[in-house]
Amino acid sequence: MEYINIFIRSAFIDNMIFTFFFGMCSYLAVSKTVKTAVGLGSAVIFVLLVTIPINYLLETFVLKEGALSWMGEEYATMDLSFLSFIMFIAVIASIVQLVEMLVEKFSPALYGALGIFLPLIAVNCAILGGALFMQQKQFANVGQATVYGLGSGFGWFIAIVLIAAIREKIKYSHVPAPLKGVGMAFILTGLMGLAFLGFLGFEL
Amino acid sequence: MSEEVKKSEPLFSKKNKKLITDPLNKINPVTIQVLGICSALAVTVQMDNAIVMSIAVTFVLFFGNMLISMMRNLIPGRIRIIVQLVVVASLVIVVDQVLKAFVYDVSKQLSVFVGLIITNCIIMGRLEAFALGNKPWPSILDGIGNGLGYGLVLVIVAFFKELLGSGTLTFPGIGKLTIIPEAMYTAGYMDNGLFLLPPSSLIIVAIYIWVQKFRNPELIEA
Repeated sequence: MEYINIFIRSAFIDNMIFTFFFGMCSYLAVSKTVKTAVGLGSAVIFVLLVTIPINYLLETFVLKEGALSWMGEEYATMDLSFLSFIMFIAVIASIVQLVEMLVEKFSPALYGALGIFLPLIAVNCAILGGALFMQQKQFANVGQATVYGLGSGFGWFIAIVLIAAIREKIKYSHVPAPLKGVGMAFILTGLMGLAFLGFLGFEL
Repeated sequence: MSEEVKKSEPLFSKKNKKLITDPLNKINPVTIQVLGICSALAVTVQMDNAIVMSIAVTFVLFFGNMLISMMRNLIPGRIRIIVQLVVVASLVIVVDQVLKAFVYDVSKQLSVFVGLIITNCIIMGRLEAFALGNKPWPSILDGIGNGLGYGLVLVIVAFFKELLGSGTLTFPGIGKLTIIPEAMYTAGYMDNGLFLLPPSSLIIVAIYIWVQKFRNPELIEA
């Protein structure tokens, strides 16, 4: 039950795009067609699913105050949490690189679909934001952190696919010229965000 | 552009001045190039958050651009992203520690968004597009210009959000100032709580883009 709750909460209530605006740059840049949106969205789910548990383990066993106590008594009071930014981003960048190589080797079809998006993702704030929020929320075990990663990725996926579908249609509408393109995408995201506010206070 | 900048050129030549002024309007990183949106939208509930965030981003852009530009001939092309990330992440750690030490309240409110400066696309974009190919001095100016362009949008959005949402304006060092007079409330005026919610920043930025492109028709997308 706890797992379902975390999933619903991270996917809908604390949706990465509509509540925190994580990954807005790629969200606006790659949402012109549904096909590329699905590609980038799946890549984000995939990378979040892999990096959040790894960063969780890093946080619990290396960075947190007292996390190093497994190395011996004298390390028990160490607090390395000021290093978390650089450690998280290093993990994310190297995992993305590794995942790219593995996918290229073992699944050329998936590489064809995700390939060009994977390098972009290393600097997508959704991934680092997910890791930093994971750090704040202090999950009880690695399973909860994994579900959190999956849920946030899924929320991001829904958001980008929805906006891409709307933007495909709105091309044929009569929009005031200065609002064409980005301006309209902002307004649409705002309206969708208002709709997503309806999930607020939703508890399982 | 760097090849044309001669040694004899004055520090603030016309071209160098443009590096600072252009990002404020015609190539504004937030509204025209659509970079660095996440933090721009999320930290704008109060003016002081927006101002501190702009200063933090300008600081990182200034030093990031300077350092990368100084190292530009030493960085192997294939690992440049990692090098950039390490430089930026170290600068952001410095910013985060300074904020925690001196403006703890603001640092608490900004929460993860200080860390997210690392993946702010403006910074990566400027390092990649400008600092890697230009000398340190123009890169520094470019960093300042883009930081100010980012800050401009942030402050304008925060101004409207805070004024319409809670009727106050908060400045760092001064504190909360009540702008809407008491008489207005007794006459029936109410704060619009909608402006405190995340979606309203999107709408305000859209209106900003609308006004900006209306005044500069050459920026309109076909």
